[in-house]
Order: sequence, then C-alpha cells, then structure tokens
Amino acid sequence: MLASMQGAVESGLLYALMALGVYITFRILDFPDLTVDGSFTTGAAIATVMTINGTQPWLAVICAFLGGAAAGLCTGLLHTKGKVNGLLSGIIMMIALYSINLRIMGKPNLSLRNQMNAFDQIPVIAIAIVLAIAVKILLDLFFKTDIGLSLRATGDNSRMIRSFGANTDVTKIVGVALSNALVACSGALIAHHQKFADNSMGIGMIVIGLASVIIGEAIFGAKSIFRATLAVILGAIIYRVIYALALRVPGMEAQDMKLITAIIITCALVVPTVRRAINLKTTARKRTAEVLAGVRQTGGGER
Amino acid sequence: MLKIDGVSKLFNPGTVDEKIALMNANLHLKPGDFVTVIGSNGAGKSTLMNIISGVMKSDAGKIFIEGQDVSELTEYKRSKWIGRVFQDPMAGTAPRMTIQENMAMAYTRGKGRGFSFGVTRAKRELFKNELHRLGIGLENRLNAKVGLLSGGERQALSLLMATFTRPQILLLDEHTAALDPARAELITTITESIVREMKLTTLMVTHNMEQAIRLGNRLIMMDKGRIILDIPESRKKDLTVEQLLGEFERISGSKLADDRIVLG
Repeated sequence: MLASMQGAVESGLLYALMALGVYITFRILDFPDLTVDGSFTTGAAIATVMTINGTQPWLAVICAFLGGAAAGLCTGLLHTKGKVNGLLSGIIMMIALYSINLRIMGKPNLSLRNQMNAFDQIPVIAIAIVLAIAVKILLDLFFKTDIGLSLRATGDNSRMIRSFGANTDVTKIVGVALSNALVACSGALIAHHQKFADNSMGIGMIVIGLASVIIGEAIFGAKSIFRATLAVILGAIIYRVIYALALRVPGMEAQDMKLITAIIITCALVVPTVRRAINLKTTARKRTAEVLAGVRQTGGGER
Repeated sequence: MLKIDGVSKLFNPGTVDEKIALMNANLHLKPGDFVTVIGSNGAGKSTLMNIISGVMKSDAGKIFIEGQDVSELTEYKRSKWIGRVFQDPMAGTAPRMTIQENMAMAYTRGKGRGFSFGVTRAKRELFKNELHRLGIGLENRLNAKVGLLSGGERQALSLLMATFTRPQILLLDEHTAALDPARAELITTITESIVREMKLTTLMVTHNMEQAIRLGNRLIMMDKGRIILDIPESRKKDLTVEQLLGEFERISGSKLADDRIVLG
C-alpha cells in the first residue's frame, strides 16, 4: 500500500509537467489544445530512441522538450495563420503525430530495460520533486515578464492586448509551443520511469491533464498564478493517488481507468456549476425579499 | 498628425448585403486637435475608428500618422501611435489580471516585449502616481483583479491605460455610452483633463450632442459613410443642439436617427 502510494506520488510529480502544460493552454490561453495526446508520446518516443542509440538520457529529455515545442508550434501556426478552429487544429496535429511517433520509434513499442536511464543515479522522487518545483517557479516568473503578461492577456482579453501592441498570433504560438514542450518532457520522463515507450501511451492524456488542473483548482484554489501552478501540481498527484486507490477496489481493472477519469472530470466540472447556480438563486431570493421589504417600509414604489 | 485620405470601405462586397460603410472619407487632424464625431446609426463612425486603428483595412484610400503611411500596418503595429478606449467597459482591460499588471501591459505599448519583469518597484511608483490622477482610489488597490472593479472604474482605468504613455492619437469610441449618467460624467471630466494636460490629438465618437458641442475644438458629422459636416473651432463655440439637428436635416434630407441619441 505504502509502496503504491509512493509510486503514485512519483508518477504524479512527473505527470505534473504535463498538467502544467495543459494549464497553460486550457486556462491561460483559453485554448483547448488536443495536440497533447500526440506530443506526450512524441516526447516519450524521442527520449527512448535517443537513449537506446546511446545519447545521454538527460540530453534525450531536452530533445524531447524541443520536439514537443515543434509540435506545439505547428498547432499554433495552423490555428493562427491557417485560421483553423482551435480544437480542430489540435486534432489534426494529434493525428499527424500518431504517424510521426511511429516513424520515430520504428515500431509500436520500445523497451528501455538494460539501457541507460535518467533516474540511474538519483532516486526518482528526488528528481521529480526538484523538477516539478523548478518548472513551477520558472513558469511563475515567466508569467510576470512583459511577454508572460501579454500571453496571459491574450487568453483574458485579446482585443485589449492587441490595442497595446502585442501580436496575439505570436503569443498564442509561444504559449502552445511551451505547453507541448512541457507535455513532451513529461512523456519522456514517464517513458524512462516505466522503462518503455508505447505508441498509444498518450491517448486520453489531455483529459488526465484537464482532470489534474480542475481537481487541483477545486481543492487548492487559483487566486494567483503562484497558487494555480501549485494547485495543478498537487492536482496531478491527487489524480495519481485516486488512480492507485481505484485500482485496489475489487473488480476494478486498468482498462476501466479512462471511464473513471471521465467520471472524475465530469464531477469536478458539474458540481461547481450546480453549486454556483444554487447560490445565485438563494442570493437573488434573499436580496429581492430585502429590497421589497425596504420599499414597503419607506411606503411606496417610487424611486 | 493624422491624415485620412479618400478612405472607402464596403461591407460584404459582392453579396446581396453589400453596404457602404465609408465613402471617400477625408479628414486631417492637426497636432492637439480634439475632434468630436456624431452621426446617425450606421453612419460609419465606428468603421472610421476601426480603419484608423487597423482593426479593419480600407478598400481604398490611405491613412497617414505623422506623415507615415500606415495603411498596410496591422493593428498591433499601429498601436505604437494610437491609444484607444472602447465603448464596452469590459473591453479595455484584462479582468483576471491585477490593476498593476494591466498598467504594465499598457506601459509597454509601442515598445518591444521581452523577459524583463512587467511590474518593478520603480514602475509601481509610476503607476501609483498615474492612478492617483483619476481620483477614485485605484492607486491603493494595485493588486486587485480588474474584474472586481465597477464599470465606471474599469472605464477610467482603460482611459488612463490608453493615455498615460502619451499616444500620438487617442481614439474614443463612445466610451461613456455604456455607463450610467453620473459615471459617464466622471469619465467625461477625466477625459477632458487628460486630453488637455497631455495635449493629445483626439478623435471622439459620441451620441451625446451636448457633449459633442461642449468638448473639443472641432466637430464632424457623419451620415451614410460620408463626412457631411465639419465645424471648426470658431463656429463650434456658439453652436446649439437645435442648430446641429437643423444642419443635419438640411444636408442629409432626413432626421438624425440614432436610437441612443442624447440631446443633452
């Protein structure tokens, strides 16, 4: 039990990079980017193949990062310059990457057993914690720079930031590229962690990323960027813990997990909406009663 | 300062909905000119603003700013010269970002954006001083999210953001129209003082006739995509709303129709 919890936290921290990537597109840019399902595998594929061919594992992870950025760049270009709908441009890239990933790997799955590994010298948990925190801090700082501010404004009010001279096409492309770079980096680390890469390992990744973002924000809040990035990391860990616990329920199998994910994310999305609607109704009723009482007291309907 | 030379724009060209939005519009603003623009529905006032700022490209004619032809420049490139305030108080600011972050984005108008921090201690002092001029206490709420401000406060902030970096041209597109009368009056007062102090070359669309006469040193009237009347400072001083309506009917042959017109 304890061992499986530690494993959940470890992989949660590694998946947290992917979740931070999803946070950038989904929350900051307000752009639902489905490239993630493909670029996660791209990262894993690049890192695995390079490691097998004798490259230093960490150099391979950096190359995976760049590969993901390239994938994001394509999605960004498709959306901004090609004027393709955001969802659709992500789907197009996702499908394209499926073939590209197979080309990179040469076959549907590759093993990293008996190869050099990124986690050879230092325990996974130590690297994962340092990496997640470092990326979080770098992102927090980035979003305070002039470029970072204009990127956030692009998702918040693109008309406004254009009127102040930002090229929103560029900010979108930068955001989507950065996002997919982090996603690919996460894929590379997961491949090293589980010692294999599989062409279908990215399927459903966007939903897992969204689940992490939404769970994290629901529990820890997202008042500032600092809080939100922390919440996303914790959300990714909590998702993995739920996953590990769910697998221990009798009769539950690994194949059911995508359904569980869908149920978790549905709850996380619907519950706040329902709660908000109920709150609004109660407040409106209460205020109306108060206002009416006030009018009666002053003895007239005149304004 | 700003020269509009024979600018025309068609909406939906070549379709049954084809409509003349602007027809051979000519306008020349001298430095420091404060021009108010009035006109009926669909007269082309907003189109004129959109074409100057680069949101739309004209089909014919040219736009010059400080003698430079900017007709082919995109909106974000033209923003180097142009400050803008929109009608919708929500449009000019980013709601999920703080007041100082919004100010920081306005501060970089016309400059390159790099990896330096948007808000530094020095800039925060500058923002505070600028916000203080508005006189509505925003300088004490630098870390408040802009989405928490009222419509009037947001519009005042938009106005400050558009102007404190001294743009060559200020475009105001009915920027008091969506506010209640008291707040509209506050924004009008702030507008007047900012434009006067900074000597900004300003083009202001308004549907408030009294405001159009009271503010600025020149008034133009538009109808059906044309500039039909251009009243210089000398005549504007003793102009009345009745005279203005009379002029409109005389030239265009119909009554001024604007569903939001305010006579003053």
